[in-house]
Amino acid sequence: MIVAEQKPLQEIKSLLGDAQKVLVVGCGTCVTVCFAGGAREAAIVASSLRMASKLDGDPKEVSDVTVQRQCEWEYLDEIREQVAQADVILSLGCGVGVQAIAEHFPEKWVVPGLNTKFMGLPLEQGVWAERCAACGDCILGLTGGICPIARCSKSLLNGPCGGSEGGHCEINPEVPCAWQLIYDRLSSMGKLDVLLEIQPPKNWSTARDGGPRKIVREDLRLAVEEG
Amino acid sequence: MSEQTPLHIVAYCCEHCAYAAADLAGGLRLQYPPDVKVVQIPCTGRLDVLNVLHAFEDGADGVMVAGCLPGNCHYLEGNINAQRRVRHVKKLLAQIGLEPERVEMFNMSSAMAAEFAARVKEMSERIRGLGPSPLRAPLNTPTTSERESKA
Repeated sequence: MIVAEQKPLQEIKSLLGDAQKVLVVGCGTCVTVCFAGGAREAAIVASSLRMASKLDGDPKEVSDVTVQRQCEWEYLDEIREQVAQADVILSLGCGVGVQAIAEHFPEKWVVPGLNTKFMGLPLEQGVWAERCAACGDCILGLTGGICPIARCSKSLLNGPCGGSEGGHCEINPEVPCAWQLIYDRLSSMGKLDVLLEIQPPKNWSTARDGGPRKIVREDLRLAVEEG
Repeated sequence: MSEQTPLHIVAYCCEHCAYAAADLAGGLRLQYPPDVKVVQIPCTGRLDVLNVLHAFEDGADGVMVAGCLPGNCHYLEGNINAQRRVRHVKKLLAQIGLEPERVEMFNMSSAMAAEFAARVKEMSERIRGLGPSPLRAPLNTPTTSERESKA
């Protein structure tokens, strides 16, 4: 899932500026699961903003609504009326959600209420960790299902480096060394020979280095959209 | 604010301990300030941050959460989870601009009627020291539930 966390209320307040009617839009997918921008968080932010603005002597009209997915036009159509009545939209979606609202409602000012952090998973309730860097050319088949791009601080393809100490990364003793994890896993599965093959430099043009990415699936496109 | 002006303190009380302690305090005719409004909840672990925020938004001067003694939760860890949630609410209140001291968590057993009365008195004195909430709404302002039903 995409993992995000809420911006401090002070920053949100400054982003909203002088707007009087604020619509907080939550998202029912990734940010609901990571407790950052779902229906409950949208209600909490709305309530907090109503109280804070009242205490500031400039009471704002703040309402909230949550859509199933902010990153698809169809779900945004459902809130068109509420969006029209607002001076500003505070999106509690990830960066994709914020941009989807901005693209779908070009006449409306949209600001982000979250900082989108990474793609990851919950290790336990309340703890999330990064697992994928969306490099565009998955190599998990070479590393026993542990990603050195996302989990090695240097994204090494032939690790570990000299900074691996006692199974941890030199940048922080709480960060496990991805290459130690890879070695331990391959060792336990009797597949250490996989590591004998030296990996050539990675083609990073499939990652962000290649510029904004796009996928076109001709088999899925609707006839009406052709030509 | 004069000594006689009542405060609005909402007490979310676990039905397995503090709610019964409040009941016992009544049965024993123990005296405590009339500022508190008791809300029975099945466990403090059920406490929702939003409930507390809505109480403040609708004009509560303070909120107290009363759960079982550590280790005695009917659902094992509800009171410990509530403690963390109350700490989170304190941070939210500070960001909003209200004093974090307006919300507090207490622990007691169902037999501790005197403790309930003492904690209500403590909370009442604390809130009286802070003064009424600056968010106290005029009488004709819609409450949170009225606003939600309208939406």
